[in-house]
Amino acid sequence: MPLSPSKLAQLEAKAREVRRGAVTMTNRAQTGHIGGALSETDYLVALYYHLLNMKPDNPRWQARDRFVLSKGHCVEPLYWILADLGFFPREEILQFSKPGSHLIGHTNREVPGIEMNTGALGHGLSGACGMALAAKLAGEPWRTFCLVGDGELAEGSIWEAAMFASHHHLDNLFVAIDRNGLQITGPTEEVMAQEPLAERWRAFGFDVDEVDGNDIEAVIAALEASFERQGKPHLLILHTVKGKGVSFMENQTSWHHGRITAEELERALADLADPADPADEEVAS
Amino acid sequence: MSEVVGQKKALRKALAEELCLMAEEDPTLVVLTSDSRGSVTLGRFAQEHPEQLVECGIAEQCEIGVAAGLALSGRNVFVCAPAPFLAGRAYEQVKLDVAYNRAPVRVMGVSGGVSYGELGTSHHSLEDVAAMRAIEGLMVLVPSDATQLRALVRWLSAHPCPAFVRTGRGDVEVLYEAGTYFEPGHAVTVFGRTQDDTLAILAMGEMVAPAKHAAELLAEQGVHARVLDMFSIKPLDEEAVVESARACGRVMTVEEHRLAGGLGGAVAEVLAERCPVPLRRLGIPDEPTYEAESPEVFEHYGLTAEGILAHALAMLE
Repeated sequence: MPLSPSKLAQLEAKAREVRRGAVTMTNRAQTGHIGGALSETDYLVALYYHLLNMKPDNPRWQARDRFVLSKGHCVEPLYWILADLGFFPREEILQFSKPGSHLIGHTNREVPGIEMNTGALGHGLSGACGMALAAKLAGEPWRTFCLVGDGELAEGSIWEAAMFASHHHLDNLFVAIDRNGLQITGPTEEVMAQEPLAERWRAFGFDVDEVDGNDIEAVIAALEASFERQGKPHLLILHTVKGKGVSFMENQTSWHHGRITAEELERALADLADPADPADEEVAS
Repeated sequence: MSEVVGQKKALRKALAEELCLMAEEDPTLVVLTSDSRGSVTLGRFAQEHPEQLVECGIAEQCEIGVAAGLALSGRNVFVCAPAPFLAGRAYEQVKLDVAYNRAPVRVMGVSGGVSYGELGTSHHSLEDVAAMRAIEGLMVLVPSDATQLRALVRWLSAHPCPAFVRTGRGDVEVLYEAGTYFEPGHAVTVFGRTQDDTLAILAMGEMVAPAKHAAELLAEQGVHARVLDMFSIKPLDEEAVVESARACGRVMTVEEHRLAGGLGGAVAEVLAERCPVPLRRLGIPDEPTYEAESPEVFEHYGLTAEGILAHALAMLE
């Protein structure tokens, strides 16, 4: 179902807000995997503000859709979104990475709304397979989503999970790759080449699609189309820009992890500001 | 189903039988295998409860991750495969997907120790107890007979928590009467416990029976020893360890495991801090393992009633 222009505008505004939240959290804590947090934000907004069936006041509701962040280091926007949706009190987001806080630098099930502790790469996908299988065995209709990083694809356990998902026909499993092309050491294709990516996943038995991962409308359309296809687990390659939305971070290997100074925060927030309302400009002139 | 004291029964067979019974009672039970249903004797389970068996292929890391996802989704999960591969290959998955996530997965490692004998080190798990007991949040159990195995599997089913359980492969003497109750954290005295005990033998798994027989042989010589079944490595029954050291003045540990970090290591930690007494650890030393079937391996390393007896007498001189 195509999005109405106002709904799309709302989602895009929310994505800017989430990004502002992520850079603010990173600056406040003086730590954050901000590059990959920014590249994945549009996908997370598509899920949490449009597609996922869940209840913030009942995080363990049995019929909920599950989302596993296998690239668990990019947790800032996810925590911010869960706070925004009311899974836990908003002010707790101030505790991100503070001593003794549950809001640690990777996913933590102590935080309402988080399905699986991840962080060591390559683990989340098999956990997601287990969840999808649980739904299949029980004949329950909820879906399981899993976001993996592209650097993460070097882990053999990802491919074991892919084999498993295909063998067990987990067509209720929706995997996405945050294909931002970079990892800590540099471009993925220089560190450990992942191409031809779509062909590899098709060969492993997946139903594969590719999309501009920073285009919320395209992401939603691709996911909704995949809901209609049965028989195979699904893969959506999200072509994204690491650091998306913050001019000095985009496509920069060095912004895989950062502290963000006060000055950098100011510049980032300016880049992420909502566009001026055209109506105001008319009044001004 | 149950066994009679003195009979011999392979723990992996008792495991498979118990899981079959449980599958009938509990539709949420699910068993995972990694091309391992044969080695865990789960053929009948696979035939009778195919919808409750999940085959993962030779992929133990995936197997444990999937198990965690199933457990976090409410299933009653048991992973059944050889101990060397579950404890070795999938160690990070056990540490993180299971223990760190508090996912109630029961990792049942069969054919542990030197069960695979002459197949060599790649198929041995002589360091699994050391590695697993260091993981926060993971229970570690090494049952000594089929009766105890059945009881512990039932206990685990009723008390969802992350756990690693190691058994052997072959037939083992039944020590306990059917229906005996066991609880993790509580060691069981299987022989002795008199005022005159001068040695406490703490044993685990397949070493409990020979330790008991060694104590019987000692008794024939007028020497009193008590034997404790330390099936619960974690939580360890520290009070039983300390109490036996205080009462007897001398402790020996016996395990089908490297000397480093297993039962002997756990006991040494407690005694050094709380009740330092002479301690002798019997097990497999840090050297290329003797290559033979497990009974010959035990013979070679003195892990038999006679071998334990000889060490005991040496300690008592």
